Amino acid sequence: MTGKVIEEARPRPGVATRPMTARSRYRLVERLIPILMITPSIIAIAVFVYGFIGWTTVVSVSRWQGIVPDLSFAGFRNYAALLTSYRFQSDIRNTIVFTVFFLIGSLSIGLLLAVLLDSKVRGESFFRTVYLFPMALSFVVTGTVWQWLFTPGAPGQPTGLNLLFEQIGLPVFQTWSTVSHVWPGGGWKPEWLRVPFGVPLAMIPVIIAAIWQMSGFTMAMYLAGLRAIPDELREAARVDGASEWQVFRWITFPLLQPVTLSAVIVLGHISLKIFDLIMTQTGGGPGFATDVPGIFMYETTFKSNKYAEGAAVAIVMLLMVSVLIVPYLIWRLRTETER
Amino acid sequence: MSVRAPRAPRFHPTRLIIYSVMIAFAAFYLLPVYLMLITGMKSFEEVNISRMWDLPSGLRFDSFLAAWQTLKPSFLNSVKMVVPATVLSSLLGSMNGYVLAKWKFRGSDTLFTAILFGMFIPYQSILIPLVLTLQRMGLYGSIPGLILTHVVYGIPITTLIFRNYYAAIPTELLEAAKVDGAGFFGIYRRVILPLSATGFVVVAIWQFTSIWNEFLFGLVITNSPQQRPVTVALQNIAGSQYTMWNVQMAGALLVALPTLLVYILLGRYFLRGLLAGSLKG
Repeated sequence: MTGKVIEEARPRPGVATRPMTARSRYRLVERLIPILMITPSIIAIAVFVYGFIGWTTVVSVSRWQGIVPDLSFAGFRNYAALLTSYRFQSDIRNTIVFTVFFLIGSLSIGLLLAVLLDSKVRGESFFRTVYLFPMALSFVVTGTVWQWLFTPGAPGQPTGLNLLFEQIGLPVFQTWSTVSHVWPGGGWKPEWLRVPFGVPLAMIPVIIAAIWQMSGFTMAMYLAGLRAIPDELREAARVDGASEWQVFRWITFPLLQPVTLSAVIVLGHISLKIFDLIMTQTGGGPGFATDVPGIFMYETTFKSNKYAEGAAVAIVMLLMVSVLIVPYLIWRLRTETER
Repeated sequence: MSVRAPRAPRFHPTRLIIYSVMIAFAAFYLLPVYLMLITGMKSFEEVNISRMWDLPSGLRFDSFLAAWQTLKPSFLNSVKMVVPATVLSSLLGSMNGYVLAKWKFRGSDTLFTAILFGMFIPYQSILIPLVLTLQRMGLYGSIPGLILTHVVYGIPITTLIFRNYYAAIPTELLEAAKVDGAGFFGIYRRVILPLSATGFVVVAIWQFTSIWNEFLFGLVITNSPQQRPVTVALQNIAGSQYTMWNVQMAGALLVALPTLLVYILLGRYFLRGLLAGSLKG
């Protein structure tokens, strides 16, 4: 069918051009078909992403706190309640702690491993495969396994990693996963802050598990970035008498900045909305020491039926991710159009 | 005379450090897998928390069998969910990518950016309306409901990967086909599709892995144990049978197995999807 239309519309050399109407009709069809073909996806995204976000926003300023929907306007009281809630304050603290250490750990280990793999080592593909494989696993698998590894046991009868430490003669006994202590805690804090400042010790096992899972990914990104740097560039610096460290510091590292940016965007948005891993590994405990907004939202909404409060948590999560993602997407769009 | 890359120096102290660090990290990454394997191979009598790092006395698969008995129905649910969802979202992504890479219209780049936003959002922010809508549609708590959800929220990433993939196809090829009289569908069928095999492998692996591993949708959209995917079932074992840690370990390995196999067999394509997903290109 379409072939016929095109046959008709195609101008032939030496033949007088066909009447404008037929041509312009063809052009219109030609322009409409592509748009028509992505319309289902556009509608799906418009409804399931943007429409639903709007809907959640409406719920978040409503009085819906039970099984029966009640969408009457309540103002921002749900948000105000969050700000003063102990659980939500710890969620925000935990998210910041998790994000900072997870990013630092994944980026530095990823960069280190990529540089090592790039230094002409034997068995490179074997090591690369080993470093990257956790990426293929579910956070649920990771959480299940690391939960066991960090179960401390009793001092006389260590389990998990503690047992391993004992067997290889390391005098280490960690109880991180079972204590709600926040380090350093104490000290001065503002009136409105109900939770102690600092790093909850129970967060350490979660951060280690997350780094275990995702650092191979930054390794792969950095390795791809390193391979994209032309050898001549580094060779020239070496000829000029630069040491290996100087080559890395002044040539390789600056050229890897775009990779770091991508990695921060990808890892950052994952950590700001982390849910699966912590839900499986600690369930948010002990005493909200590892709780995050994702778990809070899930439990408030689907366990306690407090829909309005859950929706407010969800919108805060969305805002946190948007602060990171939206500028990046806009910047990306601009550079793309310029090209 | 062939030019060879300079060989690594024969011996140098820094080489020793490099290899030590690399092996140490390899041990770190493999440690949990080692634990899952040795645990699964122990008999029930051998399973003892004070000997959890010891090697099993022989090849036994009791724990794996026990875990499989528990996880089997959910495992099958996951298969029934992943396969259609992967196929459908790959097809949608291919069409979207084709349009957004090769048939740009005014505002198409902005539209693409708006679609991309969908892959970054925390799904908590759409969960309440999603559950209500699926209930209204009669799809709540069912595998088709999960499939629909995964297809819709898979649109951004599949579109992104295919768009970048198709952007690399020279426009001259399309022009040539146009001159030969091919239209939108003709070009897709005769030029784009034959060049898409790798793209489909990359996207299918990506979708298979992420949908198989997904947890939140599975947890919220299913309400009965009969319908839940395997990640939810595993979390259930991990949460309840605290003393059955060997079954947990074996179960974790079983859940990991399909995506692990894909990774080992098709790692190259997995990596491409990973890097495409990181918004490069």
